[in-house]
Amino acid sequence: MSTGKISKVSGPLVVTKDLEDARMYDVVKVSDEKLIGEIIEMDKNKASIQVYEDTTGLGPNEEVITTSKPLSVMLGPGLMGSIYDGIQRPLQLIEKQAGAYITRGIEVPGLNLEKKWIFKARVKNGDKVETGDIIGEVDETTLIKHKIMIPPGIKGTLKDIKSGEFTIKDTIAQVETKDGNKDITMMQEWPIRKSRPYKEKLEPKIPLVTGQRIIDTLFPIAKGGTACIPGPFGSGKTVVQHQLAKWADADIIIFIGCGERGNEMTDVLQEFPKLKDPKSGEPLMKRTVLIANTSNMPVAAREASIYTGVTIGEYFRDMGYKVALMADSTSRWAEALREMSGRLEEMPGEEGYPAYLGSRTASFYERSGYTICLGSDNREGSLTLVGAVSPPGGDLSEPVTQNTLRCVKIFWGLDASLAYKRHFPAINWLDSYSLYIEDIKDYVKKEISDEWFNLRTEAMDLLQKEESLQEIVRLVGVESLSANDQLILETAKSIKEDYLMQNAFDETDTYTSLPKQSKMLEVIIKLYRKRRDLIKSNTEIDLKKLFGQDEKSKMAELNDEIAKMKFIPEKELDKYDKLMEKIEKMEL
Amino acid sequence: MQKEYKTIQSIAGPLVLVDKTIDVKYEEMVEIELSSGEKRRGKVLEINEDRALVQMFEGSQEILPKDTTVKFLGKTAKIAVSTEMLGRVFSGAGKPIDGGVEVIADKELDINGNPINPYARDYPNDFIQTGISTIDGLNTLVRGQKLPIFSGSGLPHSRLATQIARQARVISEKGQDDKEKFAIVFAAMGITFEEAHYFIEDFKKTGAIEKSVLFINLADDPVVERISTPRLALTTAEYLAFEKGMHVLVILTDMTNYCEALREVSAARKEVPGRRGYPGYLYTDLATIYERAGRIKGKSGSITQIPILTMPEDDKTHPIPDLTGYITEGQIMLSRVLYNAGIMPPIDVLPSLSRLKDKGIGEGKTREDHSQVLNQLFASYARGKEAKELAVILGEAALSDVDKKFVEFANRFESEFVSQGENENRTIIQTLDLGWKLMSILPVSELKRLKPEMIEKYMRGSNK
Repeated sequence: MSTGKISKVSGPLVVTKDLEDARMYDVVKVSDEKLIGEIIEMDKNKASIQVYEDTTGLGPNEEVITTSKPLSVMLGPGLMGSIYDGIQRPLQLIEKQAGAYITRGIEVPGLNLEKKWIFKARVKNGDKVETGDIIGEVDETTLIKHKIMIPPGIKGTLKDIKSGEFTIKDTIAQVETKDGNKDITMMQEWPIRKSRPYKEKLEPKIPLVTGQRIIDTLFPIAKGGTACIPGPFGSGKTVVQHQLAKWADADIIIFIGCGERGNEMTDVLQEFPKLKDPKSGEPLMKRTVLIANTSNMPVAAREASIYTGVTIGEYFRDMGYKVALMADSTSRWAEALREMSGRLEEMPGEEGYPAYLGSRTASFYERSGYTICLGSDNREGSLTLVGAVSPPGGDLSEPVTQNTLRCVKIFWGLDASLAYKRHFPAINWLDSYSLYIEDIKDYVKKEISDEWFNLRTEAMDLLQKEESLQEIVRLVGVESLSANDQLILETAKSIKEDYLMQNAFDETDTYTSLPKQSKMLEVIIKLYRKRRDLIKSNTEIDLKKLFGQDEKSKMAELNDEIAKMKFIPEKELDKYDKLMEKIEKMEL
Repeated sequence: MQKEYKTIQSIAGPLVLVDKTIDVKYEEMVEIELSSGEKRRGKVLEINEDRALVQMFEGSQEILPKDTTVKFLGKTAKIAVSTEMLGRVFSGAGKPIDGGVEVIADKELDINGNPINPYARDYPNDFIQTGISTIDGLNTLVRGQKLPIFSGSGLPHSRLATQIARQARVISEKGQDDKEKFAIVFAAMGITFEEAHYFIEDFKKTGAIEKSVLFINLADDPVVERISTPRLALTTAEYLAFEKGMHVLVILTDMTNYCEALREVSAARKEVPGRRGYPGYLYTDLATIYERAGRIKGKSGSITQIPILTMPEDDKTHPIPDLTGYITEGQIMLSRVLYNAGIMPPIDVLPSLSRLKDKGIGEGKTREDHSQVLNQLFASYARGKEAKELAVILGEAALSDVDKKFVEFANRFESEFVSQGENENRTIIQTLDLGWKLMSILPVSELKRLKPEMIEKYMRGSNK
């Protein structure tokens, strides 16, 4: 370890001189207060450091010490249910040490070093092991078995493995390797800017069911895929992110609040422990890791927060879990990059963002994937990345959105005008896209129904047609449309209001399973087909009657039932079949 | 030890570069004594080796480099706070300007504050009654929220702000008015003398000043002072809220002037500009102001913020309203069309939003029917406005009977619900009842967001 002296302070950027043996991206401790920083640029004997804490009161000639280690996270039992800041310091412990406000120079380990965990060995002495092999388990929470793996770079014969109660620093086994015996503990450390290794990446083929109808039906996401949610403020990005975090059928959720509102994070912190996992009935917090670096917390730690999150995600993926990571919002991360870049006096690219914004964005999203993990059992794990983007003024042509769209395969475009109409989730069905539809087709056909994709296509088609019809309506009014076209308008309205609109705050409506989604859509399309047939067989048909626009008719009753069908509980799916029967029998 | 230098190297706008300094710290306060004996203050913006860049709070005119002494005070910017500040008026730099004596400090606090640990926050979920239907009924303000008013030049945001200051109440758990525990901190940045006069007089006239602390930075006051004005106000608010257990409403006007000041300093420093010349860290900087709203677990007080900003050219996508919207929990939009139609306050409810309303309303907070009424009013007004637009193109005759009802609803909604005048203070119950009265215009079958039992209970007249 060597020491240097501060020569310049400018906001979160500190320049030191004479820091010998310092390497790029090494962590340093700045001044007597031991503020954590990272070297981001080197020039002769000078090193520029981004400091993860407030630099008020620092001055020239104060000491800077290198740790000769890159910025790393601690990985091991104790991660689940934690709430970290951007550089893996538990906020709970910070509160204990410093009170309600985050002060500087607090040093707390990311994992509890004293807590004893019950380790159950799964292999025996003498077994041959290689990197990634699972040697045992810890019941970290009632939902998650934390698999203890052989750290990267170790291969040999296992000896001295023991079950029992250990802290994460205790040796639980030894591996005889070519270069001598290596101690194995339950903890690994991994630099956050480097992706964890895997054996092979596969194409994502299995949908990540989110229970959100517009997503699962129209723009599905696959396990191991990437998606972005751009939208102006007030369009409901955060609610969509929260819904995914709550309901996505992943084993593990990592939620990164990157430069967002403090109250929103508090909402997550207070709500998640109360929410129940739909499968197990256990609190969702037991499978969740939260990273909260709110907008008023130091900007450099915001830059690090998404890497901290994705590294933890990769670690659980390596165990064979299906991990989903939400980052809200990556625009704030990009702004942190821009701020540091400005202070480094780099040549700016578009809108002041650094020229390397695109490559950094891409390398973040490339850490997703459906992979065969390291280890001799060839288990499969996945890491799905969903990033919110907050384009200034809702203008999607700005650099962060454009760079993101270049590397993600799903675009859930949020629309302010839908949000004004209180149509939530305000995902625009005409602009959005998902490139996973073909990939997951086989799986859905096998698991749900053959009809599913036909229904989906028909619904999309109706929505598309409605858009062009609306233009005509604006010019000449509804009355002048043909009966068939009016039927399209009615049906599209029903798809929008009775299907796509989903209330995140309603107990039943907040989550819809795939079978229920398929039934609901079938009801709407069935009614459409039936009405179409009726029009065909009777050219003089009274449209008001057909659409149930007058009160107290049978048809109005049916409309009403369809409007309320989203509130039918998951257990009573046969009610949809009854509805469909009713439609079949319907006559004017 | 205090260090004194006579080594000013260069001056550019509000920035002064001092040479050959030793042991100067980042953000340290600086006192500069001119040859005339006048003292000015500033702070360290950057240190590079033995050169310190100082940002002057009171401008750099008349500084004669060779005759000016620069003194580094060895401390960061602080404000003396005490409960005696209530009822007083201060300058944007924290000096009394109401002719009264200096405040005797109970504490000296750093004006930059520290970020609240998200883990230590308590979620805002108690209602504040402003007496304005469009806010209370549709965009409910809750304690600990930050809800800005997006206005435009020439719109009556000042009058709305004073109306809120005058009428705002916290309703205690027993449903009573909790006057004792309520305070207002008002920070004005770069406003004209006339506006300032209006605010001070209105506060005095209505007695609101008793419970208020005012910080006034006028348009001709030093620009850089504007950067610290909201921080002084918020530090005072934090003291009142979290040490004295008060519910503090902070009104900041006009944030646009604040951002302009920030841009001015950034340009003087020759920083790489972001959008429209504003510094790249505008978001982070605004967040350090707005995020100081909130509640803290285990403390009874709260800080609620109403920042007011005028959108240049009424453009919501301008960086200032845009970045503000990303940090704050919703926004109240003022509309020129409504204002020109004589509606006061001219709040356009459709683009307005309070993100935290859901937890502050309902049984035990306001009334059980609140959220349904809110949703129905929103939806009906949106439909009414759509129908109105359609009528403009196709003529009124082309509308269906139902749509005609919606047009009538939208018109009456604007003239009765939105419009209430400056002196009408409506309780939340009055607001909700008015909502029901207006909804009775519409056929019951169109009121899909109301549950039948609510209609049964609250709908008056024949339309059950």
